[in-house]
Amino acid sequence: MALLTSPSRSTAPAVPPSPGPVRSAVGSRVLGGVSQGFLLVWGAMVVFPLLWAVLSSFKSDQDIFTSPWSMPSRWRWDNFSRAWNESHIGSYFFNSVVVVCCGVVLTLLLSSAVAYVLARFEFPGSRVLYYVFVAGMVFPGFLALVPLFFVVQNLGLLNTYLGLILVYAAHGMSFSVFFLTAFFKTQSKELAEAGLVDGCSHWGVLFRIMLPLARPGLVSIGIFQFLGMWNEYLLPLVLNTDEKRYLVTQGLANIAVTQGYHSDFSGLFAGLTISIIPVLAVYLGFHRQISAGMTAGALK
Amino acid sequence: MHHGKYRFIVGLLLVPLAVYAVFVISPYVQAFPIAFTNWEGLSASYDYIGFGNFVTLFHDSVFWVALRHNLFLLVSLPIIIVTLSLFFSAALNYRGGVPGARIYKVVYFFPGVLSIAIVGVLWQFVFEPRNGLLNGFLRAIGLDSLARLWLGDGKTALGSIMAVVVWGGVGFYVVLFTAAMAAIPKELYEAALLDGAGAMQTFFRVTLPLIWNTVQTALAFQVIGALDMFALVKILSVGPGGPDDATQVISLYMYTNAFSYGKFGYASAIGVTLFLINMILTLLTFRLTRRERVEY
Repeated sequence: MALLTSPSRSTAPAVPPSPGPVRSAVGSRVLGGVSQGFLLVWGAMVVFPLLWAVLSSFKSDQDIFTSPWSMPSRWRWDNFSRAWNESHIGSYFFNSVVVVCCGVVLTLLLSSAVAYVLARFEFPGSRVLYYVFVAGMVFPGFLALVPLFFVVQNLGLLNTYLGLILVYAAHGMSFSVFFLTAFFKTQSKELAEAGLVDGCSHWGVLFRIMLPLARPGLVSIGIFQFLGMWNEYLLPLVLNTDEKRYLVTQGLANIAVTQGYHSDFSGLFAGLTISIIPVLAVYLGFHRQISAGMTAGALK
Repeated sequence: MHHGKYRFIVGLLLVPLAVYAVFVISPYVQAFPIAFTNWEGLSASYDYIGFGNFVTLFHDSVFWVALRHNLFLLVSLPIIIVTLSLFFSAALNYRGGVPGARIYKVVYFFPGVLSIAIVGVLWQFVFEPRNGLLNGFLRAIGLDSLARLWLGDGKTALGSIMAVVVWGGVGFYVVLFTAAMAAIPKELYEAALLDGAGAMQTFFRVTLPLIWNTVQTALAFQVIGALDMFALVKILSVGPGGPDDATQVISLYMYTNAFSYGKFGYASAIGVTLFLINMILTLLTFRLTRRERVEY
């Protein structure tokens, strides 16, 4: 048995080391070492720019120019207050929070209603309806950009929170309906039927039994939508041209592009750090659900 | 009872369907007729000009440059990203998982959750010629001659943007492929080992065929992504589309036409063309990469 000849380990390897000649054992150790090396190098390449940006946000402009590689000579927290107030990152941040939170809640409300109906009831056209919603995931958003702008303008919703919230929610529905329909289908029919027998209305079953049971699914899709909406760039760029209403990604990109590097380097790094940190926090807190949710979408 | 059921269904569907119809379906539907008009600027009036926009597009050299860039990205990015991700996933799964595999996956995935706009701003700093991270690094290790203008030089601009896409994209596919690899029954590896297969052979004969469906999905994703590229190109390009259109892509060209020049009819024609190319390529990808699904 291969397993018996391998050196004992606490965790049983899925692929036991080759029991064959020594040459191959050495070869596989070298291969393992080399691949470990590449893994480390890639990890460093991912972390380094981020770490550099965060460290630079604590430096003075002088420090950034003269010693980009060292630790800050003095930790300058005032970069952050300057970015927050003078570069308006604070108000952009507030705009993002309003739009994204309302957008996520509205997406969840609308898509759980649709998903519940599609998962639990057979009616003429229900398959077609499902495909109409899911098709939204496949079409490139660019095709609809020009007409979307005029739809929003004609409704008088350009440069408003409501306009962005509605557009975000509508565009978030495709994936959420797809995900939640599958989720509601896995829930037991017996509970719903028991509820109906006990005299609950359809509404009562939905709100008292099914939605509370669907909490884990709603949480995963909520996190997923939060990240997607927080990171959106194209939609606010087109639908939200009033500088006071800028969202944080849009505002930061605007500062970086228009002011260039020469005005307030450290303030820009602080702004960048401010916009990275919430996403980093959400990601580290929920990384299991996030990668599961994203790969579930990809493996559809 | 039945009456109540239908009232319930209609009641639940009414608002979501209205929102979806207004903000998703109707713009897609309207895009096609607008593409056949000469609608420009602020005027509300326009005429239907048949295929006029498409004829103009056919003779538009910038469009062809953009299309060439998109097609180049379409071929090269999937190859680079999928190869790297497969390599890292295989390395992470080596002998059933290297130490720290979980940490690697968390770290690699991180750029994938950052906004592309934020990634763009970050890399703008990295590529900055005088004080940027990249040139600073090259100078620090004595390779001053390699330091460049990166984004300002037509020869390196597109490659630099590609590097950012790879940087941000690999993590997602590593997680995707490792998940697929973890689902392969261990007995298959043991059998391969007993047959005397080495690591390379095992990968190409066992692992790769068994996760081929996932690789195919990844390739289809890349096709869609490579036709977009808007946010990164918009933020990282010097001027609209780089020095001498060196980084021009179709999505940016469409955006510029619509929202800088006000050529809405023309921009919609670009959008429709992009849509058709997208559809053809997606179908083609699935065709080309189709294989018998291996059951296990």
